[in-house]
Amino acid sequence: MTENNWDSTQPIVSIKDVYKSFGALEVLKGLSLDVMKGEVICIIGPSGSGKSTLIRCVNGLNDINSGSITVEGQEVHDEKLDKLELRKKVGMVFQQYNLFPHKTALQNVMMAPVLVLKEPRAEVEQRARALIKKVRLEGKEDSYPGELSGGQQQRVAIARSLAMQPDVMLFDEVTAALDPETVKEVLVTIKELAQEGMTCILVTHEMGFARELADHIYFTDRGVIVEHGPPRTFFNDAKDPRTKEFLSQIL
Amino acid sequence: MSDAMIESIREFFRQLAETHPKWNFIYIYDPGVGERVLDGFWMTIQLSVVCVILSVVIGVVGAWLQRSHHVWARLLVQGYVQFFRNTPPLIQLLFFYFALGQFTPTYSPDGWLEQPVISNVGWAIISLSFFAGAFNVEIFRSGIEAVPESTIEASESLGMSHLQTYIYVILPLAFRVSLPALNNNLVNLVKTTTQAIVIAVPELLYQLVSIYNDYSTAQNACMVLMFVVYIGLVGILVLGMNRWERGMQIPGYGA
Amino acid sequence: MGARISIPGINSEAATDLPVLLPFRGRPAGEAEDLRFSRWVGSVPPYYLLAALCAAALWPLVVSAQSNYTQAEAWDALWRWMPYLVTSGFALNLLISFLTMLIGTLAGVALGLWQISPKKWIRKVAWAITQAFRNSPWLVLLFIVMLAFPFQIEIGDTVIPIPDWVKAVVGLSLPIMANISEVVRGAIQSVPTGQWEAAESLAFSRGQTLWRIILPQCFKRMIPPWMNWYAILAMATPLVSLLGVEEIVTLSRQAMESEDNHPELLMPFYGFCLVIFFAYCYPIARLTISLEKRYAVKL
Repeated sequence: MTENNWDSTQPIVSIKDVYKSFGALEVLKGLSLDVMKGEVICIIGPSGSGKSTLIRCVNGLNDINSGSITVEGQEVHDEKLDKLELRKKVGMVFQQYNLFPHKTALQNVMMAPVLVLKEPRAEVEQRARALIKKVRLEGKEDSYPGELSGGQQQRVAIARSLAMQPDVMLFDEVTAALDPETVKEVLVTIKELAQEGMTCILVTHEMGFARELADHIYFTDRGVIVEHGPPRTFFNDAKDPRTKEFLSQIL
Repeated sequence: MSDAMIESIREFFRQLAETHPKWNFIYIYDPGVGERVLDGFWMTIQLSVVCVILSVVIGVVGAWLQRSHHVWARLLVQGYVQFFRNTPPLIQLLFFYFALGQFTPTYSPDGWLEQPVISNVGWAIISLSFFAGAFNVEIFRSGIEAVPESTIEASESLGMSHLQTYIYVILPLAFRVSLPALNNNLVNLVKTTTQAIVIAVPELLYQLVSIYNDYSTAQNACMVLMFVVYIGLVGILVLGMNRWERGMQIPGYGA
Repeated sequence: MGARISIPGINSEAATDLPVLLPFRGRPAGEAEDLRFSRWVGSVPPYYLLAALCAAALWPLVVSAQSNYTQAEAWDALWRWMPYLVTSGFALNLLISFLTMLIGTLAGVALGLWQISPKKWIRKVAWAITQAFRNSPWLVLLFIVMLAFPFQIEIGDTVIPIPDWVKAVVGLSLPIMANISEVVRGAIQSVPTGQWEAAESLAFSRGQTLWRIILPQCFKRMIPPWMNWYAILAMATPLVSLLGVEEIVTLSRQAMESEDNHPELLMPFYGFCLVIFFAYCYPIARLTISLEKRYAVKL
């Protein structure tokens, strides 16, 4: 691996002119954005605008056709890249939770640090219990995913990602599959995380949440960033007609 | 049970054989014959256990190869599966033991007789394991296909390697999905061990058939034992497997 | 054969064909002879297996080089016998399989309907019969029928001998009956209970409901498993060779005997048996799968 001289004054995640297509379908058409350490970024936009694809590219679940994505100065789509190194730095939470149904909540959280990072089990268990407490699921350690509500499962999924002690967290429409009542408990967890200084990139439809928490909002449509800015200016005086139309529908 | 009781039971059947010559339960009162039955039963159990283990291993490895990126590996597995599924196990046994067995090297343990390195029991194990293994490959493959792609992605995004994902996430889930079909196949395998008689493997059926060939009056008694033992064996197995299936159920997952 | 047979490593010395690899050790007096099989497998070092594999791969060349009866002659013999094996041997296998399937299906449908009878004792009895014949090995049933059935039937003065292959049909019909019984029961129970209730509310009798409403709905569902059982049955027909019925395996053995039992014959003859069954059963399996898929969409 090449030595890189990244320091925290430079963007922790840097996306430059990224193109991505699935066969004939072009999903990302020259997208660029930077995220500084400790920032909370919300990506919003109509469905099919490539938001999810973008953050899946950031942790290498999808590859890109051209452009560059770096995390802490490291190129993600480098053939020689050690995916393990990348995934230690970048945690991801999915819309459908994707917990391992045959493992209890605690086992779900412990699995990756024990197997991937080869950390001592006792140490990991201590951390995992603390994380479960942090996402307010004390007492649910030994429940299986099938016995938990959607919101509870999603919080276990967040704890599972945090157990790897990542520097950046990706949230892919994490509340989209939840009942309205349970959305809040998940958002509170993310909010606490953001307030502790975790770098977060969220794809979301929760505009209230984005307005309150985001440092910067990006609006994507048809594979490009149409408009971006801090929440106050973005929501109050959007300039592009496409942004205006989207906001009028959603607010 | 006291010796006196055993002796009185033996005496009863000895009498029965004299008064009713068609019902000669010789294996109860003749310890030598009884031992042959026990030997046969033990061989059936050994054969079943070893073949079950090997066939599951073959199934896991085969299913893993079927997900391989190499076309030839997938074709090879597919060819193996289709061939062993669609040919009679009896002829497979004959083919392995006689046709392939003639090519195995021999050795001479006592300096007098030449013995093949792989005995008929060895060939029975190989042949039956490959037979049941072919079904297991298909069973595990469909189990693996039932594991959602998104769960696999989640495991990869946590930094697990392909092998780790296969061992800790895909297999445990696929295993539970496959369990009913797998149990069916394993029960079937135990039943198929009787066919090893064709290459003179001294399992239970072989012993019982040879006993009534030696003592023609014991025919009915041997038939009764055959029927009872195999139904009992398979029945216990089915009950145990059903209990296992229930025990393996994940709370809140699946039906 | 009452004596123990010898299994290398279990009750006799584990061995290799390469003497240099043999460990030098005397056997201490009183050492336990029958080690468990797992210990034997576990105690074989990996390089032994590798060596054995290489030896096994090269051995055929060594053997065939030593013999003066060539492979070509063996294949030639198979070529001469092939028409006889197919028209006399395999044809009997097929005949047995057709008759067995016919009897087994008729009996199985009856047994399956009894399994859902409104009378509890009929259900119990039908269930017990089904389980008994489903769970016992086919070969055991064949042996029992072979022994329990008379050699001939006397009606008045005429004596009708029963050929072995007819007994084989009876023996094979039992497990087919039991398995078809399960297929029928499963298919009927897969029809939603609402159908029964709707029919009852329209004053259909139980028989009418069954024949006019329920069975037509699950008939299609029964075809793939029925075909599957036919394929399994076809592959079970060589079992009857153990009872002396002159089907393909028996005839192959006889053919090899009349060709002086050269070991070179074994591969072509048994190989041919495998291939002919594959050629017959594989298309059935493909068809079963495609029917399964087609019917699955409509349900």
